[in-house]
Amino acid sequence: MSISDEKQGFAALARFGFGARGDGDLASARLDPRGFLRAELDQPGAALLAGPGLPSGDASLQTLFTEEDARKAERDRLAQDIATQSKTAQQTTQPAMQAQSIMESAMQASAQPAKPPPRPPSPDQLFFRADAHARFTHAYMARAGMVERLVAFWSNHFAISVAKGGPTRAAAGPFEREAIRPYVLGKFGDMLLAVESHPAMLFYLDNQQSFGPDSPAGQKQKRGRNENLGREILELHTLGVNGGYSQSDVIALSNMLTGWRFAGREGKFGTPGSFIFQANVHEPGAQNLLGADFTGGGEDQARAALLSLAARPETARHVALKLAKHFIDDTPPQALVDRLAHTFFKTGGDLHAVSLALIDSPEAFTAPPTKMRNPWEFCVASTRLLDRAPDDVGPVLSSLSMLGQPLWQPPGPNGFSDDSATWASPEGMKIRMDLASQWTNRLKDPPDPRELLEMAFGAGASEETRKAVARAETKAQGLALLLMAPEAQRR
Amino acid sequence: MIFSPTRRHALIGSASLFVAAGLPGWASAATRDPRLVVIILRGALDGLGAVVPVGDPDFFRQRGGLALQTVGDRPALPLDSLFALHPALPTFKKLYDAKQALFVQAVATPYRERSHFDGQDVLESGQPGPGLVRDGWLNRFISALPSRGDRATGEGLGVGATAPLILRGAAPVMGWAPQNIAPASEDLASRLLDLYGQRDPALQKALAQGLHVETLARGAGMDGDQRPKGGPDSIPGMRQAAQGAARLMRAPEGPRIAALSFEGWDTHVNEGPVGGRLSQLLSGLDGAFEELQTGLGDIWGSTMVVVTTEFGRTVRINGTAGADHGVGALALLAGGAVKGGRGIYDWPGLADEKLYEKRDLAPTTDLRAVLKGVLAEHFEAPEKILATNVFPNSAAAKPIAGLAAA
Repeated sequence: MSISDEKQGFAALARFGFGARGDGDLASARLDPRGFLRAELDQPGAALLAGPGLPSGDASLQTLFTEEDARKAERDRLAQDIATQSKTAQQTTQPAMQAQSIMESAMQASAQPAKPPPRPPSPDQLFFRADAHARFTHAYMARAGMVERLVAFWSNHFAISVAKGGPTRAAAGPFEREAIRPYVLGKFGDMLLAVESHPAMLFYLDNQQSFGPDSPAGQKQKRGRNENLGREILELHTLGVNGGYSQSDVIALSNMLTGWRFAGREGKFGTPGSFIFQANVHEPGAQNLLGADFTGGGEDQARAALLSLAARPETARHVALKLAKHFIDDTPPQALVDRLAHTFFKTGGDLHAVSLALIDSPEAFTAPPTKMRNPWEFCVASTRLLDRAPDDVGPVLSSLSMLGQPLWQPPGPNGFSDDSATWASPEGMKIRMDLASQWTNRLKDPPDPRELLEMAFGAGASEETRKAVARAETKAQGLALLLMAPEAQRR
Repeated sequence: MIFSPTRRHALIGSASLFVAAGLPGWASAATRDPRLVVIILRGALDGLGAVVPVGDPDFFRQRGGLALQTVGDRPALPLDSLFALHPALPTFKKLYDAKQALFVQAVATPYRERSHFDGQDVLESGQPGPGLVRDGWLNRFISALPSRGDRATGEGLGVGATAPLILRGAAPVMGWAPQNIAPASEDLASRLLDLYGQRDPALQKALAQGLHVETLARGAGMDGDQRPKGGPDSIPGMRQAAQGAARLMRAPEGPRIAALSFEGWDTHVNEGPVGGRLSQLLSGLDGAFEELQTGLGDIWGSTMVVVTTEFGRTVRINGTAGADHGVGALALLAGGAVKGGRGIYDWPGLADEKLYEKRDLAPTTDLRAVLKGVLAEHFEAPEKILATNVFPNSAAAKPIAGLAAA
């Protein structure tokens, strides 16, 4: 085997996965780098994630509703207590003192009976952590990790944020499991439909509150359209900002989407927390999107519109450019982008075929590793290298926040930045180093950094990195240098 | 932890991190000590909800339930004959009354569409249109600043774990964010800087800058608990960001220029007028003004704070008690170096036929004219540099004169 074969194995694991696990997988990968990746893509159900403690989206929302109802009942009870005390107070206290003393006695009443125990985490927080833990473990365990990289890519493409509120926090994990994972190696159009009809997205981009202005409910309640979801579908999810749409297309798509909601707690229109089509808020009539008329109203109107968007060449180009930027370079070769777009378009958005085209492209192994690992990739790759998965996902979540990529909480619907410059920031690099130092200093039985370097980087390691690691003062310091080496930062 | 000058420092120096362009034609700003803080409100601030045209005859009719009232529990605070201020901005009001704050209404970048991300790209890149995002205008401005002696440090500070586009580019900038983690040893840092120096100069530069800020922060007494108190869309988060920026800027070798991002201004739903989302956000912004004024102390007098946003929001209320994306926007200036106590506007009016595309406040002032005015007077920057390097192809947007206090 030549040096360049060995390097290709390293490159395959780094560029498309989370780097080596240090358990001999580099040796397997370098025999046939493309085959190693392909085997993972071809494994049936590789992207799926299920297990106890991972409820469906509607189940997690139902639990959230129940909890919110219970809290409201508690508040109402407290309010009633205050009202009762206020009546008593009126008979005994001077009017001027009244308001203050009522508040004080209410506070004392709640504080006196032996301080109540701290409130347990709310269901949305529990669900979020369970899903975060499962996601991290899955990435840590993955053979190459390309499938998990694709999951993270698509999850960021169809970004939602838990910061929007309880429903997105409770449903963020289910959203990825139900709307992203089943389709990352399937059809783009199917993913698009699953995403735009998922409660997490309907809540995040305000479609839950959008009314067709001429719908029966819109007329009666004098409520109107909310353009948020329609606009982001065109700009971010499908055509891209230069995809040739106008404000009238935003309005048309938003109109077609009116009525796409999830059932509320009272379950009037369906199982609480599940997708419903609410006909009485749907804007009646035909809509013209990008020159095509969508006639028959109802739920299928937006469905047809979304599928037509998925099949547009602009969508193919938009997705191809984002994939190439993510995996190859911030400014990827145009030939590569064209090839990916062609595959996407020709196969009707078959993402398995597009992923294969990506690893089969010549640039996949010849382009220099210019991309920075984002914080998620850095945390997963470091854990794989050290081969110590945390029992508790808490430290991973706080590391991600410190590094500027809190899980499922991007700054906006355009997701986290995918530029190398964003992640190679001064503050980010310093925190990476502080974290690497903390992680390696806490290892009870640290491995020999030189051996780990051979297993994980092999011929992919530079002479300078070898020397720096070998000359380290302690094992922990050598391991920290390994985690921070350019070979582990870039891909 | 005791800090002594070590190899870390030496490495920072030798990496010649700050290379000033020292362009000709620049009046020396060395005798003055101008400071600039740029706050970006991401998501599009509703300018008509913050600085409210209560004197416009069409305002209440157009805005309906979203119109801030001049009477009642929390009335708008009067500014001039046409405008009143949202009551969640009392610090700004005090500064305005003290002639240290002003507002610019109906302002816009050259961008006329309604995408947040393109809008922010134009705002931060300083380019005439979207898609040109290689670097940010504030970074290009810093690159053009005359060097201050042998300072080995950057002049710009970005608050947050990642640098915003406005600060990205050739000139080195610092980053700071509240965090609570023990720093790695200096030995590890110097070994890593060595390795990067041989293999990856970009990472070396970034890490060296990060380490420098750590040193500054320690010097400014910020080595205690810096646990994040809230996100960039929360009141405590905005206050903490402003407080940190102020302390670093006051440090002896601190940056002269800082950029902060506050998020969550995309008030499509339940905006307020009072008691809604906008009130919360404006309280956070007002807290940031207060922290900056207090924290900058004696250099507040030579500071300008500029608050900008990518665009504005529709004049009319939408179907969900909020407002959608619109073009005409608001900018705010505050600081001891601002000639305040006034509004700058060429008010287009809110009658139906005056609206931009029948829905938005029509923009009448180019935001670049405001920003160039700030840079021209405050830093004595030559107009030519501003119209070419900093804001390319912006010669038509002449710097607005008289923004700085004499």
